[in-house]
Amino acid sequence: MANIIEVAGLNKTFRMSSKHEPVRALDDVAVSVREGSCMAVVGESGSGKTTLARVLVGLETKDSGEVAIGGNPVTASLKRKEQRSRARAIQMVFQDPNGSLNRRLPVGSAVDEVLRAHFPLTAVQRRERVAELFASVGLNEGHAQSLPSALSGGQKQRVAIARAFAAEPKIIVLDEAVSALDVSVQAQVLELLHELRRDKGLTYLFITHDLSVVRNIADDVIVMRRGQVLERGPVGDVLDRPLTAYTRLLLECAPKPGWKPRRGVIEHLNSEIAS
Amino acid sequence: MTSNESAVLGTQPAATPQRLPAAAGRLTSLRRRLGWVGIACAGIVAVVVLAALAGQFLVPYDPTVGSVTQRHLGYSAEHLLGTDQAGRDIFSRLLAGARTSLIGPLIVVITTAVAGSALALAAVWFGGKTDAFIGRVLDVLFAFPSLLLAILGVAIFGPGIVTASIALAVAYVPYSARVIRSVALRERNLPYVKAAELQGINGLTITLRHVLPNVWTQILTGSTINFGYAIVDLAALSFLGLGIQPPAADWGLMISNGQESLQQGFPEQSLYAGLCIVVTVAAMAYIGERLGGRAAAGRSKQ
Repeated sequence: MANIIEVAGLNKTFRMSSKHEPVRALDDVAVSVREGSCMAVVGESGSGKTTLARVLVGLETKDSGEVAIGGNPVTASLKRKEQRSRARAIQMVFQDPNGSLNRRLPVGSAVDEVLRAHFPLTAVQRRERVAELFASVGLNEGHAQSLPSALSGGQKQRVAIARAFAAEPKIIVLDEAVSALDVSVQAQVLELLHELRRDKGLTYLFITHDLSVVRNIADDVIVMRRGQVLERGPVGDVLDRPLTAYTRLLLECAPKPGWKPRRGVIEHLNSEIAS
Repeated sequence: MTSNESAVLGTQPAATPQRLPAAAGRLTSLRRRLGWVGIACAGIVAVVVLAALAGQFLVPYDPTVGSVTQRHLGYSAEHLLGTDQAGRDIFSRLLAGARTSLIGPLIVVITTAVAGSALALAAVWFGGKTDAFIGRVLDVLFAFPSLLLAILGVAIFGPGIVTASIALAVAYVPYSARVIRSVALRERNLPYVKAAELQGINGLTITLRHVLPNVWTQILTGSTINFGYAIVDLAALSFLGLGIQPPAADWGLMISNGQESLQQGFPEQSLYAGLCIVVTVAAMAYIGERLGGRAAAGRSKQ
């Protein structure tokens, strides 16, 4: 199948101030995502995975490199038309549903306005569509009238997912979308995401630091550290037969049943990475 | 009455245990928001507003017509607060003056809120050069004392309540725009605004539907506080003869008219008009403070 996301030689440097060293958030990054697959991006905090996502959706400008979505080059542009067409192609679910939903807007209206921006529907049709979208993420119509504060964390994230689906994009970027949820809710949302992908033939870019989640949902994975892609491949290969010490460290650090901290191993792996 | 008294003294009124009838319940929620002092202030404002609306029908005498034989009368059953230097009934003039004394500030506050919000929200949404340009223009306005700017406006467009009010509003805009800009800027950078942008919703819709409701509290609080300033500043303009023109009744104008009488030992006119201004402004300011503080603090409660 064709690659729906194609990223090559992508660079991005943040300059905080003259006092600080500039931070290379993305260092010659190349990623290809097949249409209809789920690509996981893992790495520690500050590894550049969120920056990659933000460049892809156009929240951040790239310094250099090629980014193409569905064959069209991506630029961070203020042009209204391009923003709209990009919104139809790629959507993002943010980590924190408390921040990504307007606290004074009923959640149904948040989804409604996306429909209004993209489709020529009447008010009644939009209301039906909102109910449909809410039903598809396991919420009922009554939730549409609520303010975000009246919903639980899991419900809010479901709303955020429904909103991301509203514009009917081909790609959804999930930036730590389930990380803030507790484990049982996490499982429900992952299941939901899996079903939605299967039903609609979507492509996911799934950003997480949680390797057990990666095993559950992703087909392929890339491992990032300090803005560079260290390792890439099918989930089974990378997680079961890691090539780099860093990936082994990540796997070693992931809590498992019966896990006990083993200082020696982690220090050994750390020194191996440093060398 | 003891529980009520404790509510006046303590800042946290205790929750009422038993269910109250609807009217009493409403009073309780009002008391929680304003406190008893606030309710008294609201009462004062209500009286002033009533005077502004119906004053012209309630006045015992024509506020603009005097009598040379009735100058500087003391208070009596006939003339509740006495008469001024032209023999006009002071009580009638105070009642009639409430209208102009409120309409002017109302024009100022609405113009300021609309223009200030529009500039601030435009600056925040477009950022960059637009923000810098609006900022510089406001800086220039800042350089002039507000009353001086208002006098300049009146000098150009002629005296009168509307020109004076709009000129004053121009002078107030930088202050309100600066406050609203800072609050709106914080909202602009929150993820929900980015999320709406990503969803392909246009800037105007995001500004009006997302940013504006979240800075509304600041706009409202600022307006109540501006209202107090505007009453005082417009009274000052009237005092200088640049606002409302005699013989119309206006509190600021009455203070000005009372100047000579003051020297002759008849302070009533200036005193009562000044008292009206002080009490109204204080009541407004208290309510604004109370509502603003509450709304800002109770934001997460919603």
